[in-house]
Amino acid sequence: MAIEERDAHSGYLTTGHEWNGIKELNTPVPRAVYFFLIATAIFSFAYWVLMPSWPTGVSFTRGLLGNDQRSIVAKSVRQADLERGVWTKRIASESYSAVQANPDLMKLVRESGRTLFGDNCAACHGADARGGKGFPNLTASSWIWGGSPEAIAETIRVGVNSPHKDSRISQMLAFGRNQMVSREEALNVAEYVRSLSDAGPVREPAGKLAAGKQVFLKNCASCHGDDGKGKNDVGAPDLTDRSWIYGGDLESIYQTIWNGRQGRMPSWENRLSDLDRKILTLYVVDLRTPR
Amino acid sequence: MQVVADVIAQFTGAERRGAFFIALATALLGLAMAVTGNGDSFGAHGALVLAASIITIFCLIRSFDKPEPSSERLQSYYDEPTKAGIVLAMAWAVLGLFVGDWVAWLLVYPDLTFDAAWASFGRIRPVHTTGVIFGFGGNALIATSFYVLQRTTRARLPDQLSPWFVLWGYNLFCVIAVTGYLMGVTQSKEYAEPEWYADIWLVVVWVTYFAIYLRTLVRRKEPHIYVANWYYMAFILVVAILHIVNNLAVPISFGSAKSYSAFSGVQDAMTQWWYGHNAVAFFLTAGFLGMMYYYLPKRAGRPIYSYRMSIISFWGITFFYMWAGSHHLHYTALPQWVQSLGMTFSVMLLVPSWASAGNALLTLNGAWDKVRDDATLRFMMVAAVFYGLSTFEGSFMAIRSVNSLSHYTDWTIGHVHAGALGWVAMITFGAIYASVPWLWKTRGMYSARLVEAHFWLAVAGTVIYVFAMWNSGIIQGLMWRTYTEGGTLAYTFTDSLVAMRPYYMARAIGGLFFLIGALIGCYNIWMTIRMARVSATNTAADLQDAPVAALQPGE
Repeated sequence: MAIEERDAHSGYLTTGHEWNGIKELNTPVPRAVYFFLIATAIFSFAYWVLMPSWPTGVSFTRGLLGNDQRSIVAKSVRQADLERGVWTKRIASESYSAVQANPDLMKLVRESGRTLFGDNCAACHGADARGGKGFPNLTASSWIWGGSPEAIAETIRVGVNSPHKDSRISQMLAFGRNQMVSREEALNVAEYVRSLSDAGPVREPAGKLAAGKQVFLKNCASCHGDDGKGKNDVGAPDLTDRSWIYGGDLESIYQTIWNGRQGRMPSWENRLSDLDRKILTLYVVDLRTPR
Repeated sequence: MQVVADVIAQFTGAERRGAFFIALATALLGLAMAVTGNGDSFGAHGALVLAASIITIFCLIRSFDKPEPSSERLQSYYDEPTKAGIVLAMAWAVLGLFVGDWVAWLLVYPDLTFDAAWASFGRIRPVHTTGVIFGFGGNALIATSFYVLQRTTRARLPDQLSPWFVLWGYNLFCVIAVTGYLMGVTQSKEYAEPEWYADIWLVVVWVTYFAIYLRTLVRRKEPHIYVANWYYMAFILVVAILHIVNNLAVPISFGSAKSYSAFSGVQDAMTQWWYGHNAVAFFLTAGFLGMMYYYLPKRAGRPIYSYRMSIISFWGITFFYMWAGSHHLHYTALPQWVQSLGMTFSVMLLVPSWASAGNALLTLNGAWDKVRDDATLRFMMVAAVFYGLSTFEGSFMAIRSVNSLSHYTDWTIGHVHAGALGWVAMITFGAIYASVPWLWKTRGMYSARLVEAHFWLAVAGTVIYVFAMWNSGIIQGLMWRTYTEGGTLAYTFTDSLVAMRPYYMARAIGGLFFLIGALIGCYNIWMTIRMARVSATNTAADLQDAPVAALQPGE
């Protein structure tokens, strides 16, 4: 049955098998194949001898080099910490004002602060820290919880309305929905709040503003202050500046008054080290410093 | 619909009754699923199974009273399932490639989701992967394996019902899979996303598939089993093992799509990547090597370069691949010794892989003029080259220190597509262009120039894609590990996304080329089939089949 033929092109014999017209040559396996099979096998055996490789029941062969990825990582992390220690120790130990006064340290703060901010804060506050609807602009507006480095550091540590035990807590009530003010009162006070920051020509009858002011003093002033400039200790924003978290047009202000607001910011205490949070604090303060 | 009626008319009475009872059983199963899973996506899938079964029953009843087929049919190969499989493969190719390019554009324009949950990246990306791997690749493998099996054993498929059951059941599985993803049904295991009920169904289908193979092989008229069949068998057998083990899970109830894996933590990760890498090995490599071993020498008209090299490569590939999966988990919680084994076996794996690629390319010695002139054969040649390139890249990336740069980056995506577009899709297109004229008995494809156009679009698309992802991946990997002088990270993750954007655009354009090529292929195949119908009396076609008397008839 097996009839070997010689292939005219290559000069090799076939194996004598044929399937649907397909034949096979009996060409010897090229030497290179054996060479590389042996070479890769030798490499593998050497690797097994040197590195952790084969299981032995409860344990494994550890290899002559004593290579262990866990301890290597731990060592490299320690080493990197040590190298960074040259400047991180100074940032950790010196006061905010001392660091701010040191251009070399501030260069490092700007450098590492940018990536820390980009990887942790930018998702909400934006890569340029200018925020967006629902997320405060960190570069322009007045601070809701205080703008001193200490206050900012505390906000980053505990978050706002977060599960952290010391979390900053703040809630604007749903004055309309919970029937503390009528629809007309809400409209009037919205008009009044808008006028606090918008010095443009009064479009509504002055009576409406006056009525709105009365509603404001009765319902809003306890948190936002009689002058509407807000209070840091309760997280009530300044209503007289031009920046808004949830929008400064009449409709948005009305929505805020009617449905209330309760923003959230996570606590970063368990996520970022004391040092990283201090760098972020300095970085955020620096963003607002005119240069 | 005439095509379906013709197929059923060829069924014997027993086969028609068998088909009817199977369809009735799946209809009842679908009904039960629809009832118990009411309100859950499980119920929606029940309705889908029920609908598919009812349509099948309807088709069966319409042709139930046709006269029994003559026994002459047993004297020729049974190629109807192969024809259907090729058409299905091309349909899935267009769907899978279209969704793939959509996902590519979604990464360029992340807002392209229309605010709809089903259109989010996490849901349409598996539609792409399942569509191309299982829909396109799987149908092509089933179709060509039936064709190759019969011709290299000189035996007709054992019966007419079971190949159709495999094809019907397999495509039902694929449809359940992709519709499930859009509804949010997933096991979250890469390339093994379908939930428990789809997995069980696939086991039934797959066992039938394997049985067809064995039943044909035992009746073979050839004394030896051809290499292509070793590979097809390894593909079927190992995929069954991988599929069953990785999908071991406990459903939360028999009325819910949700299940929990039998594995957890690092064991789960290891099982998944043992599965995942061997899916690459035995689905995307072994199966398509089977395809290559038949269509390439056949088209080139040359004997296989070396039978001995076929043997070494086959056993090398099957043995080494089994160990390689852990290279997907370098520098993770997976114990280091498992990583070492994965890495070293991946390095050794290069040798039999290159021996296979070499065996294919050396087979073309004496036929290189054909490679120059014939785009179909050129598809297969380029496939072998890309097979060599991506297996080298794979072994290289499995080395731990290389992997520390490449892992989690687009380099991996580029590597996968060098294999998937360059090797798997190209060998498949080559095999399809070769078999369509053989199957529909025409002199050749409708247009050789369109095959040529498809070839260059496919090559250009693949090269653009792969280069874009190499660049993107390496830039990404370097940006993630660049430190400032102060010892802190120099770039944010977002910085790396910004840097990748131009490459994402290039990738999406490369993918578009590939998709357009496949569409041209569909048109060409469609016109060839039409041409065959018009000249149905054409008997002078280059019939590849063995002489009628020399064939082992069906059971």
